[in-house]
Amino acid sequence: MTSARERIDEIVRDNDIVLFMKGTELFPQCGFSSRAVAILNHLGVPFKTVDVLQDPDVRQGVKEYSDWPTIPQLYVKGQFVGGSDIMMEMFENGELQQLVAAPAS
Amino acid sequence: MAMAADQIEQLIKDAIPDADVAITDLAGDGDHYSARVVSRTFAGLTRVQQHQKVYGALGGRMGGQLHALQLITAVPEEKESD
Repeated sequence: MTSARERIDEIVRDNDIVLFMKGTELFPQCGFSSRAVAILNHLGVPFKTVDVLQDPDVRQGVKEYSDWPTIPQLYVKGQFVGGSDIMMEMFENGELQQLVAAPAS
Repeated sequence: MAMAADQIEQLIKDAIPDADVAITDLAGDGDHYSARVVSRTFAGLTRVQQHQKVYGALGGRMGGQLHALQLITAVPEEKESD
């Protein structure tokens, strides 16, 4: 049986843009997750979401993985980008658009 | 469980003494806050690292005792010296 950390690592490596969130893209269960999904939808790029409410190990594990205490968490091209406040700040100044548009390094 | 705004401010200032902290109680319920933290110690850090520093100051309360803290961090603007 693989550990939560290994599963998280695999998801982050296999998907260019991943959002760990509470609820689903269609039914977010938290205002912060909802805001994060809205930003990604606005960017018009494909992204994967992981509902941490479906798996307590992933919910706890992703916080340890990034040393970040809250959900949602955005990963782009294997790198932890931040939570919804950082996403909003980066979206407003255009950094997030550049990040998702840049080819994988 | 909720936390008082001045308690949050004190924890941040204990860990980051030069921090300029402004807390707003967003919902008036002692559970949803916004904090703007300005400190010279953020210079050269990424935004994630700046936020991690504030979360560190809150000593594990973030995500538990403190459900929602909208966070904005910044480095003070350099004063022109001429």
